[in-house]
Amino acid sequence: MARKSRKANRRHPLATVVLIAIGLVVTGGGYAAFSSTTTASADTSASSQETIDEGEKLFAANCATCHGMNLQGTDDGPSLIGVGAAAVNFQVGTGRMPMAMQGPQAMQKPVQFNDEQTAAMAAYVASISPGPAIPDAKYLQADGDAANGGELFRINCAMCHNVAGAGGALTEGKFAPELTGVLSTHIYEAMLTGPQNMPVFNDDNLTPEDKRDIITYLKYLENNPSPGGFELGNLGPVAEGLFVWIFGLGAIIALMVWLTAKSN
Amino acid sequence: MTSTIERADAHEAPVSKPAKGGGFTGAAANYIDERTSISGVVKEFGRKIFPDHWSFMLGEVALYSFVVIILSGTFLTFFFQASMVETHYDGSFVPLKGVEMSAAMESALHISFDVRGGLLVRQIHHWAALLFIAAIGLHMLRVFFTGAFRKPRELNWVIGFLLFVLAMAEGFTGYSLPDDLLSGNGLRIIDGLIKGLPFIGTWTSFLLFGGEFPGTDIVGRFYTLHILLLPAILVAFLALHLVFVVVHKHTQFAGPGRTEKNVIGYPILPVYAAKAGGFFFLVFGVIALMAAFFTINPIWNYGPYDPSPVSAGTQPDWYIGFADGALRLIPPGLEFVWLGHTWSFNIIIPVIALVGLLALVAIYPFVESWVSGDKREHHILDRPRNAPTRTAIGAAGVTFYAGLWAAASSDLMATHFQLSIEGVIHVIQAWTVLGPFLAYFVTKRVCIALMKKDREIVLHGFESGRIVRLPGGEYIEVHEQVDDYERWKLVDYEVYEPLMLRPNSKGKITGAQRLRSRMSKWFFEDRIAPVRTQELEASHAHGHDGTHGEIEKGPGLV
Repeated sequence: MARKSRKANRRHPLATVVLIAIGLVVTGGGYAAFSSTTTASADTSASSQETIDEGEKLFAANCATCHGMNLQGTDDGPSLIGVGAAAVNFQVGTGRMPMAMQGPQAMQKPVQFNDEQTAAMAAYVASISPGPAIPDAKYLQADGDAANGGELFRINCAMCHNVAGAGGALTEGKFAPELTGVLSTHIYEAMLTGPQNMPVFNDDNLTPEDKRDIITYLKYLENNPSPGGFELGNLGPVAEGLFVWIFGLGAIIALMVWLTAKSN
Repeated sequence: MTSTIERADAHEAPVSKPAKGGGFTGAAANYIDERTSISGVVKEFGRKIFPDHWSFMLGEVALYSFVVIILSGTFLTFFFQASMVETHYDGSFVPLKGVEMSAAMESALHISFDVRGGLLVRQIHHWAALLFIAAIGLHMLRVFFTGAFRKPRELNWVIGFLLFVLAMAEGFTGYSLPDDLLSGNGLRIIDGLIKGLPFIGTWTSFLLFGGEFPGTDIVGRFYTLHILLLPAILVAFLALHLVFVVVHKHTQFAGPGRTEKNVIGYPILPVYAAKAGGFFFLVFGVIALMAAFFTINPIWNYGPYDPSPVSAGTQPDWYIGFADGALRLIPPGLEFVWLGHTWSFNIIIPVIALVGLLALVAIYPFVESWVSGDKREHHILDRPRNAPTRTAIGAAGVTFYAGLWAAASSDLMATHFQLSIEGVIHVIQAWTVLGPFLAYFVTKRVCIALMKKDREIVLHGFESGRIVRLPGGEYIEVHEQVDDYERWKLVDYEVYEPLMLRPNSKGKITGAQRLRSRMSKWFFEDRIAPVRTQELEASHAHGHDGTHGEIEKGPGLV
């Protein structure tokens, strides 16, 4: 009897866990709802007018010189009609835009705008020229099928970016950049919008799940150091050849000179 | 008819039996010697002399790397499956789980991830292979630039050259075995190269691959070549190469007491055997360290071969780089259809250039001996500067090879130095065509200048850096004479003169003779004679009877 009443008075042993879980679901869900609202709003141009106005000012001050006041493009920069929020987030978020100068391709630089400013510009551009939206966070967790991602990567990406994502040369000074250290969002957006010389891999070509798998594969490579030791830049036989000539044979010649040295 | 051979040792045996205080070693040695007569061999080999110069050990590095390759390769054969049967990977490397691949690739991954020590041995095998061919290359350059290929060693040069080619073939077949994406791309390039040859190309390719590329035979065939045929030939030639080293005895650099008839250095036993034995472990150690700390050929990144993907930055291992580079350098637009055949001169020209380069390397000793007309044996090495034309030809060859080699990494140069790949290719094209000429002239002039400097040093001594004011107010720099050991190195070399064009026994001058005379003029027209004894004495006498004793005036002060 005493046991029973005690039990009735006390909380269930799992109550704390349940409470924490509920708290997490509420905050996390709220956060997710909030984020998805921003994403959706960027897409449907239902974003708050304040953000869009802020974005317009930033655009006029930093982008319009080349892309035109109405996104129509000029001799110095392409039209932005139809690019959507994802393109803005990628180009500005990786520091490629605003460009320092015209060249074979826009170079990555230290990022000039904070996340809010970038989001504002993205919202502004999406409001007057809707296009691919900033990807849903569920595809960016690097929790997909790395094997499928690896296969897709080798077939679709490795010819420019190298099998290990070390980057590669294109024509006339252009190049496919290294992929280590690139945020999942930016990898996804690059596939979606095809920046610079990159082809567009739309959702019919590579489904969002495929894109998630590719991100999973790249993040696996990035987070798991080579089982064989230092990677020599993942550059393959050239780096290996240089290494064996300079350090391997170099060390051995040093030993040879030592072995045959005359004692004083 | 019968002949009788005296058993010389038979009656000596009882005499040598009481080994006086040799203990177990002595008794064991005696036991073996009485049954094998090995003491004669030990005596002969143990007393062989090897001169001590670091560059003489390059061949040893190649030999030791080869031993490491055989040891590690044997281990790998225990686990590798040379089969292109399709299978699905189910090992412990997550990003390839369930991926379809050949049994060869699957077993290579199995070795890398699931065999204890497998990855280390794989990396030892591959690093040792790279080092093996690099050491051979450097060894060949040493032999070339010091003239060690001259009579009686021409045939050994050719054997060494064959070893180099065999080593490259071994390397390429081994590189292709895992059936990964990178090596598959390499094979595809070779397939294209073969198919580009007129008439025989397509047939040869189908014969090699057992049908259309890639087929299902190539890994098995390369495996047989890689672990059976090529190593067998390689070991045979290697043994022959070493026998010739023993027969010819080692060459040596000029020095006091060193002649064409002796070898000065350490006997194999005990000094050299200890050094060489220790050196084997040093080489093995360097290879093991490289293999332990640096990834090589990460096939798990490359993934299984599939003819559709090609990775950026696809290169062969360094020793095939010159062939890849030649294909990258050849300008486009050289392919046309003629007589119902496609003539791919963008492939034929590189192939001719590569085969031509290798052929020149192989026959060079015979060319030089024909041109110089020298039929004597040479055991004293040349300093490179004392054979200016040969050294210049070598420098031109190295420059040409370097151009081809560099071109194989043109894309990496472009990305890492932010250049355009076309610009890189154009610069290397110019380098490969013009560079050898430039290298030839610069090297020849530098050699001749160095010989002039040597002559100057022998005759007038070297600048001591001490400035002295004479009673008359004149400033001079004191020159000091080199000692006899140093001087020997500077004066002990041979000079050839261009051959005279003379009619043969029939009173005719043949075309071959004209060519030979012209080549001889090209080789030996520019020359600096070594200082003769009289010159040296005259120079020293001049120094002694002058007012300033050992002090010599520099040329600028005269």
